Amino acid sequence: MGLEQFKNRNVGTQNYKMLNLGQSPEKGLDKFKQVVNRTFKGELFVGLWVTMREMINALFRDNMHTVKYPFEKLPISPRYRAIHDMLRLLESGHYRCIGCGLCEKICISNCITMDTRYDENQRKEVSEYTINFGRCIFCGYCAEVCPELAIVHGPRYETASEQRASFSLFEDMLTPIDKLNLQQEYDGFGAVSPNADENIKKTPLAY
Amino acid sequence: MEIVTFTEVETFVQHIPEVTAAGVIIKAIIILAVISAIAGFGTYIERKVLAFMQRRLGPMHVGPYGLLQLVADGVKLFTKEDIVPQNANSLVFKIAPSITAATAFIALAAVPVFPDFTIPHWVPLLGGVFVPSIAADLNIGILFVLGMMAAGLYGPLLAGMAQANKWGIIGAARTAIQFLSYEVVTGLSILAPIMLVGSLSFVDFNAAQAGGISHWLIWQQPVAFVLFLIAGFAETNRTPFDLLEHEAEVVSGYATEYSGMRWGMFFIGEYANMITISIIAAVVFLGGYSEAGIGWLTIILKVGFFFFLMLWVRASWPHIRPDQLMWLCWKVLMPIAVINVVITGIVMMV
Ligand code: SF4
Ligand code: SF4
Repeated sequence: MGLEQFKNRNVGTQNYKMLNLGQSPEKGLDKFKQVVNRTFKGELFVGLWVTMREMINALFRDNMHTVKYPFEKLPISPRYRAIHDMLRLLESGHYRCIGCGLCEKICISNCITMDTRYDENQRKEVSEYTINFGRCIFCGYCAEVCPELAIVHGPRYETASEQRASFSLFEDMLTPIDKLNLQQEYDGFGAVSPNADENIKKTPLAY
Repeated sequence: MEIVTFTEVETFVQHIPEVTAAGVIIKAIIILAVISAIAGFGTYIERKVLAFMQRRLGPMHVGPYGLLQLVADGVKLFTKEDIVPQNANSLVFKIAPSITAATAFIALAAVPVFPDFTIPHWVPLLGGVFVPSIAADLNIGILFVLGMMAAGLYGPLLAGMAQANKWGIIGAARTAIQFLSYEVVTGLSILAPIMLVGSLSFVDFNAAQAGGISHWLIWQQPVAFVLFLIAGFAETNRTPFDLLEHEAEVVSGYATEYSGMRWGMFFIGEYANMITISIIAAVVFLGGYSEAGIGWLTIILKVGFFFFLMLWVRASWPHIRPDQLMWLCWKVLMPIAVINVVITGIVMMV
């Protein structure tokens, strides 16, 4: 579809629905009749009734629309991309991140900094992991690329801070160990799709 | 506390205690204190009522249910920097807000604010002083009040012209046309009740309607009541006639360059005028404080009703244009008011 129909400014040739507003009265008597009709139509009182009804609804029928924001919050979509969370494994409580570095690699604003080392069991552990939220554009690529569902976007959207560049450390984003039972599996950005099992195919080994 | 009520005019005339200077001064202080407090509190009520009508909560955080919002506002107004624009006529600019506030309170001098009472004798120093219902019971009470409120419009007029701001000039021009439009209607609409009562004093109005709801003048003069209400809304420049400071059109009209306490004085003046108009409407048409014993309560309820009506209308109705206001006042309301006066006169003669 082209843009032609939107560029046509000749009002009336398009499929506009015209309101029937009637004719403005010309003669004095007609004007007078219109004034009298409008005056005694009671529309002003309809207006008064509407506001009164809303006031009664708000006060007595629990129809108040104000959200007392810092104290109450509206639910947000699970796909909302706010400050990251690092999740833990539910069974062992160990953090999920395997230090693969994919998130650091894919981050388009280069704001993830991480380092890894071998621990005493010769296993890889994350020794350093920060995200510079002064640069993060919350694109969600890191969450999408993470093979372990370790880094996800959480719902914490109050990102105002006193410093222009505020770094978040691994420990700050990691689910606290005592809140492990409260950890929510993330069904938003980068999560496994509900029909993931059906999409699994055998790895084609025979080239 | 002994409350003297005027159930009968004769007893009133016989038993009137002497009005002393002390009583008048006490009354003046009561008016100043109570009305300024109510005017300030009115802003809170207005915000709350408008909020409820839009299904909001309104101010909630300063004090319980936002009750102390008034204090926060006061602190803000008093501590704001006092700015006089560079090209403004600074003398007139500084005087204008006081005109609005002062005339609003001077008008209240001739309005019955509460029923009269005598301070009980156990009160030290002031015991036994009779406090009249009106600080100055002038025999031209109504004319004085309306005249004072009309003079109050010099405030917006001078403010708008002194501040070297185009929105202010437009606001001042609108003040002039609004003043020219409604003042005729106010006078003519209240003329019919004055003819019926035969006096210009509010006390006489009050006494004339003693004896229950059926004696209220609104039943004899419904047209005058409606006209007076409309003109009163214009007089206090409330919606739908708030052309003077119509935010969507002229920024803030005559108050554009004002801030801090000078702006606050315009505000207090406006709210005091709202209360004055409410009291006049209540006393002239709705029987005032004439109910025996509970006059102080009924007058508060009546004034409260009119105050609420002003907020209610503001939440419901759109503004009108200045030319529509002039059309309404000169071509519709004034003829109706004149006809009403003529008919009243004919009925009284027959
Ligand atoms: S959301 Fe985007 S910009 Fe932010 S850390 Fe992840 S990949 Fe980088
Ligand atoms: S992509 Fe996931 S597992 Fe890999 S380093 Fe980043 S957070 Fe850790």
